Amino acid sequence: MFKLWATIVKDFRVLVRDGIGLSLMFVMPVVLVVVVTDIQNSTFALINKNKMPILICNRDTGESSVQLIEAINKIGMFKVFRLPENQDVESITGAMKQRDALLGIVIPGDFTRKVKAKSKNVAGKALTSFGLQADTVQKNAGDIDPLTLYYNPVLQEQLRFSVQGGLRTALQLVESRETLRSLYFSINEKPLPAKLEDEMLNNKAAINEIPVSKNGTLSAPNAAQHNVPAWTIFAMFFVIMSLGGSVVREKVSGSFIRLKTLPTNYLVGLLSKQITYVAVTVLQAAVIFSLGIWIFPLMGLPSLNIPLDIPGLFVVTLICGWCAVSYAICVGVFAETHQQSNGFGAISIVILAAIGGLMVPSFAMDTSLKTWSNFSPMHWCLQAYYGLFLEGGRLRDVLGNLIPLILITLALQLITFFGLKRKNLI
Amino acid sequence: MVATDALAVHIANLGFHYPGNDGLTFSNLNLKVGKGERFGLFGPNGAGKTTLLSLMAGLLSADEGSIHLLGLDVGKHNKEVNKLFGFVPQDFSFYEELSPVENMEFFGAWSGLTSHQIKTRTGELLHILGLENVRNKPVDKFSGGMKRRVNLAIGVMHNPAILILDEPTVGVDVQTRHAIINYLMELNKKGTTLIYTSHQLSEAEGLCQQVALIDDGQIIVQDSLTELLKEHRQESLEELFLNLTGKAYRNDV
Repeated sequence: MFKLWATIVKDFRVLVRDGIGLSLMFVMPVVLVVVVTDIQNSTFALINKNKMPILICNRDTGESSVQLIEAINKIGMFKVFRLPENQDVESITGAMKQRDALLGIVIPGDFTRKVKAKSKNVAGKALTSFGLQADTVQKNAGDIDPLTLYYNPVLQEQLRFSVQGGLRTALQLVESRETLRSLYFSINEKPLPAKLEDEMLNNKAAINEIPVSKNGTLSAPNAAQHNVPAWTIFAMFFVIMSLGGSVVREKVSGSFIRLKTLPTNYLVGLLSKQITYVAVTVLQAAVIFSLGIWIFPLMGLPSLNIPLDIPGLFVVTLICGWCAVSYAICVGVFAETHQQSNGFGAISIVILAAIGGLMVPSFAMDTSLKTWSNFSPMHWCLQAYYGLFLEGGRLRDVLGNLIPLILITLALQLITFFGLKRKNLI
Repeated sequence: MVATDALAVHIANLGFHYPGNDGLTFSNLNLKVGKGERFGLFGPNGAGKTTLLSLMAGLLSADEGSIHLLGLDVGKHNKEVNKLFGFVPQDFSFYEELSPVENMEFFGAWSGLTSHQIKTRTGELLHILGLENVRNKPVDKFSGGMKRRVNLAIGVMHNPAILILDEPTVGVDVQTRHAIINYLMELNKKGTTLIYTSHQLSEAEGLCQQVALIDDGQIIVQDSLTELLKEHRQESLEELFLNLTGKAYRNDV
């Protein structure tokens, strides 16, 4: 026990004197978590708070295009800027750059005429199907010319789909209104009353959003709830930059030769490193969580809500840290040089993070990637944290994620042991 | 002839080669060093000195034959054997970011000493080796000579019965060399067997009673220095060395 304690003290002393290693383990993840949360929060704010600037060039002179622009305004996603109707493509894209707008829409010249024609056609078909005589059926109403949507390529696909969805809703509203008006006029030979039109078109059922949580009391998750746990895991695994290098340095340095001639098994040294660095990972998590709770609100970012099961959070953090440390030691044992350890370590962590769902959520991955994600320890770490942070679960609720994580950790320990044996290091 | 139970080191019919390397090979190598002797192993670069010391220290495993330290087989009783000897490698074998005291606390614990023993020995050794005033400073700021003294101090922390030294004075100034050699003589007077290798032959002449010359993995001669000089009609160890190993360059690849 004394040997282990002396080794832990030694490892701690070596660690605190490694300024670069410490900054990689603490400063870098803190910067990362702040930047990523801020970016995601800004994206959220862009859509929901600040509104996305959109330029509209209306070449139509009828009422449908005006209704469409009103409907786009009502969606709440966009801040509409009107452009003169005679703008060509270059002028529109130029204006987009000038106004820093990511989107531009051109409404075609005969938009109203075609919307009306199509609406009459649809209404006529509907009347015919009711068994009523329709005098409004036009055989060749033709399709409505498409709206042209210009977008900045930096706009992510997901966001673009969201924009398209909003525009389709606006378009649908305009077409439905015209169809309703036509139907009403054909039946009653008078215009559709505004109140009825409003009731028919705008009285949609409300959507109640309720996050599914284990305890049923969870508030809507924010960018901090998503990002802080994810990047805490990344930080934990990034101890490889210090620990993997430390194992290699010890292995190739003279000190290891001395250690091999002393009556103590090197496994004591590895056990000490595990204890020391697991403590570091727990400290990393404590620092990053504290940042999320207390510093984020001061920076205008959403605050991190800590799970109710604090002991559970500690156990999950401990197991995630143990896995991260085991991975770092394993890489350190097999690497021949510091460069190998750092290079492989950094790249493999990014890959494990990517397939583990830290960068893109696992549910958005295709089937083969989802299968691969099961092999990433970060995936199980993230699922366990999400179980606590996002779903309001307790330790027992995330055991299903911890068991694979422990199995991966034990496998890493076993591989390390055989690596040491094969290299005659123990 | 030294009786077996009076031997500190007994190497019998040793065979060794580096895996996948056609270079240095030991074949049927035999060597005996008595308890309490100051034994010097000399040879040109690549002759096998460091390899032989590494085999004695259990850092390498013999292919054939046996190595016994104070009657214990190095290959079979590694942990027990490791308590018997101290090893001072040619490379600095400590944590440069730590101070001498911190290094000695750690290596002392790994040598099996108690906390109290470590404290006592650290105080003694830092005093003897002139490192008291830098005891808490990180070693990476030390000169080469100071690092050599730290290297030695760690090697003798647990008062080993046998001390294996691989070029312990390489690259140091005259004062440090003098201090190290004096300290080794002191240790030997207290009963420590010294197994020593160096290219400083004049230094070795003053230190070693028994000498072996090794070349190309073979022990060429082994006897007391006085006897060898007499037998080969040479004035100094350096002359004897050149006479027996030749004057051609050795390229150790």
